[in-house]
Amino acid sequence: MLILIISLAIFFLMTKNNSNSPITPLDQAQLSRLSQAVSGLSKDQLIWASGFVAGVAAGANNQQQSQALTSTEQATLTILYGSQTGNAKHEATSFGEKLKTKGLAPKVISMSDYKPRKLKDETHLIIFVSTHGEGDAPDDAVELHEFVHSKKAPKLGNLKYAVVGLGDTSYEFFCQTAKDFDASLQKLGATSLAGRLDCDVDYADTISKWAEQMTASLVSDLTANAASNAETSAQNTSMPINTISNLYTKQNPLRANLGACLKITGRDSVKDIRHIEIMLEDSGLKYQVGDALGIYFKNDPEIVERILRVTQTKAEEEVSVKNEVMTLSQALTNKLELTLSYPGFVKAYQNASHDTALHELLVDKKALRKFLEERQIVDIIEQYPNVISAQTLVDALRPISPRLYSIASSQNEVEDEVHLTVAHVDYQAFGSRHQGGASGFLSTRLQEGEEVEIFIESNDNFRLPSDTNTPVIMIGPGTGIAPFRAFMQERDVTEATGKNWLFFGNPHFTQDFLYQVEWQAYLKSGLLNKISLAFSRDQAEKIYVQDKLLEQGEEVFEWLEQGAHLYICGDAMRMAKDVEQALLSIIQKYGNKDEKAAKQYLLEMRKAKRYQKDVY
Amino acid sequence: MADNKNLIVEGKLADNERMKAQSKHLRGTITTDLADDVTGGFTADNFQLIRFHGMYQQDDRDIRAERAKQKLEPLHNVMLRARLPGGVITPEQWLVIDKFAEEKTMYGSIRLTTRQTFQFHGVLKPNVKPMHQLLNSTGIDSIATAGDVNRNVLCTSNPVESELHKQAWNWAAKISEHLLPKTNAYAEIWLDGEKVESTQEQEPILGDNYLPRKFKTTVVIPPHNDVDVHANDLNFVAIAENDKLVGFNVLVGGGLAMTHGDMTTFPRKADNFGFVSLDKTLDVAAAVVSTQRDWGNRTNRKNAKTKYTLERVGVDTFKKEVEKRASMTFAESRPFKLTSRGDRFGWVKGIDGKHHLTLFIENGRILDFANKSLKKGCAEIAKVHQGDFRLTANQNLIVAGVPEDQKALIEAIATQHGLLEANTSKQRQDSMACVSLPTCPLAMAEAERYLPSAVDQLESILSKHGLAHESIIYRITGCPNGCGRAMLAEIGLVGKGPNKYNLHIGGNREGTRIPKMYKENIVDTEIMQIIDELIGRWSKERLQNEAFGDFVIRAGIVAPVVNSAEDFYA
Ligand code: SRM
Ligand SMILES: Cc1cc2nc3c(=O)[nH]c(=O)nc-3n(C[C@H](O)[C@H](O)[C@H](O)COP(=O)(O)OP(=O)(O)OC[C@H]3O[C@@H](n4cnc5c(N)ncnc54)[C@H](O)[C@@H]3O)c2cc1C
Ligand SMILES: Cc1cc2nc3c(=O)[nH]c(=O)nc-3n(C[C@H](O)[C@H](O)[C@H](O)COP(=O)(O)O)c2cc1C
Ligand code: SF4
Repeated sequence: MLILIISLAIFFLMTKNNSNSPITPLDQAQLSRLSQAVSGLSKDQLIWASGFVAGVAAGANNQQQSQALTSTEQATLTILYGSQTGNAKHEATSFGEKLKTKGLAPKVISMSDYKPRKLKDETHLIIFVSTHGEGDAPDDAVELHEFVHSKKAPKLGNLKYAVVGLGDTSYEFFCQTAKDFDASLQKLGATSLAGRLDCDVDYADTISKWAEQMTASLVSDLTANAASNAETSAQNTSMPINTISNLYTKQNPLRANLGACLKITGRDSVKDIRHIEIMLEDSGLKYQVGDALGIYFKNDPEIVERILRVTQTKAEEEVSVKNEVMTLSQALTNKLELTLSYPGFVKAYQNASHDTALHELLVDKKALRKFLEERQIVDIIEQYPNVISAQTLVDALRPISPRLYSIASSQNEVEDEVHLTVAHVDYQAFGSRHQGGASGFLSTRLQEGEEVEIFIESNDNFRLPSDTNTPVIMIGPGTGIAPFRAFMQERDVTEATGKNWLFFGNPHFTQDFLYQVEWQAYLKSGLLNKISLAFSRDQAEKIYVQDKLLEQGEEVFEWLEQGAHLYICGDAMRMAKDVEQALLSIIQKYGNKDEKAAKQYLLEMRKAKRYQKDVY
Repeated sequence: MADNKNLIVEGKLADNERMKAQSKHLRGTITTDLADDVTGGFTADNFQLIRFHGMYQQDDRDIRAERAKQKLEPLHNVMLRARLPGGVITPEQWLVIDKFAEEKTMYGSIRLTTRQTFQFHGVLKPNVKPMHQLLNSTGIDSIATAGDVNRNVLCTSNPVESELHKQAWNWAAKISEHLLPKTNAYAEIWLDGEKVESTQEQEPILGDNYLPRKFKTTVVIPPHNDVDVHANDLNFVAIAENDKLVGFNVLVGGGLAMTHGDMTTFPRKADNFGFVSLDKTLDVAAAVVSTQRDWGNRTNRKNAKTKYTLERVGVDTFKKEVEKRASMTFAESRPFKLTSRGDRFGWVKGIDGKHHLTLFIENGRILDFANKSLKKGCAEIAKVHQGDFRLTANQNLIVAGVPEDQKALIEAIATQHGLLEANTSKQRQDSMACVSLPTCPLAMAEAERYLPSAVDQLESILSKHGLAHESIIYRITGCPNGCGRAMLAEIGLVGKGPNKYNLHIGGNREGTRIPKMYKENIVDTEIMQIIDELIGRWSKERLQNEAFGDFVIRAGIVAPVVNSAEDFYA
């Protein structure tokens, strides 16, 4: 590969004034861009670059592959409706019936049940949508309506479409939603089969006339070949995890943009849990379900301020961090750990300041630990104010360690995105608001579209069974749900036939049922066979996942005997332990084994990678 | 009867008919849904079936979009509507519902309705069954307060002629019982009553598929028309001879609902079939119901109510069928007059010597507000009260049957909790709104939450034109279903979209004329401008005590609606 690049470069240098050359696949412009890219690189850099290009090549390959698939694919015919009071739904359905009588096989589906990403695979799309509110989309159309506007919307070059609007001319914004869809699809490059049809309340005849013509043109256009694109998804899943994912490492993270940060707990929840989407664009970064994402973060400028104030240091003072020179405020904001406290800091800070009170604290290890649990670095400095030099302060602090988050998406589903489920650490203490370094950064400081440094933390000890027929039991209360959302997405696209059973818990059903609508959809589609819920505070006595597990003990054991894989994700301190206890007593009871044999049973499962944990 | 083809609308039945047929006499799979802890809602058919048990699935619409973004389902919950014939409830019962509303509902309120009962809003699934058992333990049920059945039966709240009221009220209760579904489903599902094979059950009056549409009945004591007879399918107008009830004039086929943009739907007044004596009253009630059961249009729910059946088959055909089924003939209608609808606020003394205190409850919403603790006040009264409570069809509350020596105490409690505000204007008392947002799934515009300020504005317009002492029957309804009975108001607002209303004017005070649309799809500010101009003219051009509704007709500002089938949209 290195050879290739260099020879390309050399070749270019020779043929620079000879435009579109016969031998290279690159055109003039591409060549010159490439040459600029490589010119002035050291040998090492060139070697690295060659690896990079290789990876890109690999990435490009399977992009082409999937494009090829779509283009050679048979045409699709989908009828989408957005309907509040049923009119558009009814019209869409009866039009679908009409087409069937003409031998076509349209999919008629509500916009709310439709995956916006599927749009780019469509070739023929008919939309029936009404308008509500004051020119607003009906509830079931809102998501798709937003999507086609958003920057996430794909190009729709090979889409032909038609839009029927249901509305009421007595409203100011007549058929607004239909107009919006029409405009957006146009903008995305789709071609309209016929001008948009805006219907007033008396639409019966208008629509049936339209339906006649539309049917005719669809029949002629699609020589009756029904749609199916199951294969494409099947293909993608066997995508090789190529060299490129290792290209971005903890040392060399990818700068990606925040796509979305949504609070997914209800307004009355005691928790603030965020669904986070990070855009990978064409970075080529690849991950597998079960992996974690590493996140670098910037500290809260306000904390930095407070530390500067107490230690009487200057933001602009020059300091060196690992022989890199920068201003103190840069160091504190971007390089050094200010939220997670640790004994090492207390010791170093005490050495630097000779603070006697701190000295006493240092001798009593237990007290020290308790002390640190409740305090972030800034709390300690403010409780024991000392004037120290900028560099000593810097030397007392350790470098920021990136935080890990279980990946909550499957790349086969979300493609160039990675999703997380993050609990926002946000609490009051010592008279001020405290946020977690990373979760605070993601939840309150990082704006959509801004950059965050990430890398993949591969985790081969948390993988779906390679045999897609194997049943799976997933236990993930709280944010522990994250990897199981990824699991379900993966099993959905790969059309895995193994049974799936989810155990989830959180404080309140109405407020904290993370991704509720997605689980409901998976239950409806049959992908998720069972869900067992433990909402701890909805009744007098607290109920947790381990209680649900015991309650279902007999069936759980059946599944294990059937070879089910069992996964636990979430809190390590208590949950994981209690769940393991519950499992042991289930194995004892229903496998009538003594404690020792039960332990052995679980150990065998672990060895066989049938018992895996992702706990923290 | 039913064999008479051209009286029955042939064609594909509405889906609700399939649903009812498959429901095993209203059981469906409700119990399965109750056990489903993945959703707070009910599935397909059960969503409709729970209505026959007096409940509606709702969600907090204020936060629907917010929750969609949170990937949470809408905040599904249940609204319960109790069955209280004639709106009578005892203090003991009141304390039970007060406690439940407080502890187990999202909104913490007791909502008095325009049909003399109360609703709980925001009951979460796990609390639904316990709620029914609690109500049952205190002698209240919610059977058939919704769905395609005969709803809660109203009875004029008239504490003064207490003797006549008692008789009339007994008939309201009797009729309600007589027309109830006979299925054991309610007891089975909610009260763990022992199971009965649905195939063993029969519905002699309602029929196995129940009615084509909701059906509403009242007993009214002239001249007071608080129950609004013309909103109802079947009305029994009490005819008394020296304070003794002798029979009823029967008015059939009223109803107020319509659908925007659909001119085949319209509000309609009831027709007078004539007089029936007491001995035949229950038979007539059953006959009207069963005729509507067999002839009502089951292919189109927008055309299914009794009012449309009458329009289609003709009043006489329908009346004859009723006479045939009840084996009687209607006598000449006895003379009666309807003159008023509002409640008589404050203390009145009944001829039984007992005292009755009518409290004005804005929007019927009994809740502890920042400035007045209405709910607490009612509970405090219930603790000491020896008589009973009466809910009125105007969403108000009567503390009935108070002995002389208790008056002072009850008045003190009421005053202390803002239940007796001296400064409440006549206009406010003559104003009404439906529930609408945030709980009503069909709401198109605000109603209950808009009413207080809408009345403020009307009040200032009146005083601006020197008419502060006057009032206008003023009703706001959040959509054309018309639950706030705007289609029997002098000024009626009908919701069309967020802050968009159709303005109707020209009803009368006694509730015997339907108002006509004057302006379509206008916002609050436009509404008030127009009302300002009209009231300006009224103040100058009106005749001696001419009511606003009568004035706009006489002045030719709108034409009167005489026969709505022909002239409502004309
Ligand atoms: C509570 C109440 C309004 C109030 O502010 O008091 C009410 C509230 C609702 N009505 Fe009503 N109606 C209420 C009296 C009325 C009246 C007035 C009357 O009966 O005196 C009418 C007009 C008269 C008539 O029926 O013609 C009325 C005509 C409707 C209709 C239209 C029926 C039709 O003929 O098309 C609907 C919608 C439907 O049934 O499809 C409806 C439906 C509803 C629902 C249940 C919405 C729904 O179907 O999901 C509303 C619940 C809102 C909420 O959150 O509480 N409501 N509804 C009244 C309860 C009465 C009771 O205790 O039973
Ligand atoms: C493999 C792995 C997977 C993970 N997956 C997820 C995941 O999917 N979702 C997720 O949310 N997290 C996950 N975590 C945890 C995550 O990595 C962080 O530890 C967590 O987000 C806190 O980091 P932070 O920077 O926000 O807070 P920090 O800056 O690390 O914490 C700040 C300080 O606040 C203290 N503190 C925290 N909460 C409180 C409180 N309530 N009261 C008082 N003090 C408190 C802490 O002790 C700490 O001293 C995972 C961890 C691992 C190792
Ligand atoms: C509350 C409400 C608001 C509406 N707003 C509009 C609007 O702004 N523009 C419009 O063209 N139609 C509007 N309409 C009319 C509907 O779009 C029309 O009734 C359509 O047939 C409904 O179709 P659906 O049942 O599929 O939602 C509105 C209807 C309602 C009930
Ligand atoms: S009139 Fe409409 S908005 Fe008001 S309560 Fe009835 S159905 Fe709801």
